[in-house]
Amino acid sequence: MDVRYINPFIESTQRVFKTMLDLDVSFNKPRVVKEIGRHDVSGIIGMSGDVVGSVVLSFSTSTSRQIIGRFVGADIAPDHEDFADAVGELVNMISGAAKSQFEGQNVSISCPSVVVGESHTVAMPSDSVCITIPCEVFCGSFNIDVAIRSEAAKAARVDNSNSVPVQSARKSA
Amino acid sequence: MKVFIIDDSKTMRNIQKKILNQLGHTDTEEACDGQDALSKVNAFNPDLILVDWNMPNMDGITFVKTYRAQGKKTPIIMVTTEAEKTRVVEAIQAGVNNYVVKPFTPEVLSARVNETMEKVAPVTA
Repeated sequence: MDVRYINPFIESTQRVFKTMLDLDVSFNKPRVVKEIGRHDVSGIIGMSGDVVGSVVLSFSTSTSRQIIGRFVGADIAPDHEDFADAVGELVNMISGAAKSQFEGQNVSISCPSVVVGESHTVAMPSDSVCITIPCEVFCGSFNIDVAIRSEAAKAARVDNSNSVPVQSARKSA
Repeated sequence: MKVFIIDDSKTMRNIQKKILNQLGHTDTEEACDGQDALSKVNAFNPDLILVDWNMPNMDGITFVKTYRAQGKKTPIIMVTTEAEKTRVVEAIQAGVNNYVVKPFTPEVLSARVNETMEKVAPVTA
């Protein structure tokens, strides 16, 4: 994955949490993972267009409950429909703000999906590298998992695989 | 002033409603997508519409185009995560009067609401 796609998520997460929750987020070093970790609450957004893949915002129950409580202004149980709605809106804003920084790329985002369930995992697209961005706020940690790829880069790879390598062409000439 | 809030997120509708209440606009109606909005908007007859872009069933830009095609002049503010210039231009061309990018502060939404209504207010001698 192009690292240019990671910084926009760090910046957008910082901005969403500061603007909507008045919270500062600190970030640990992003790392490549084969599969994303187990969490209790996950908000999922799909990206399509020039960039395709998935973005997952994941929390533990206790951290998500404090963050969502701050977002909506009331303590809501994770099994309440308003809880999932709020998680979905957070990942929607983070993904939307991030994709607006993909210069020159026409990207659409899906409506969010939310999974609530103890120690679940989310399968990411197998054809994209997944990068985990570990985040921390006053009440705990959460992750942004980004598994996206540029369709333009993929098209370029396909073109190259179908072409005759220059060196081989010279040998046969 | 009657304000119609269209957003698939109840959380976001509540946040916008709270800001509108602080501005003194307590007469609000809500819809969860473009289709729902089209079924309610004429009965409510709003003075201002706040509409999200990305929603299921019918998105905000389709709602705006359909509503404007009915000859309706009610001012519309698009409140959305879509921040690219091309999207803003598309929204303005569809008939949106003003634009707010999520995430937003209460001050930003309040300012956009006020400036939008000032522009459409009749000039008095």
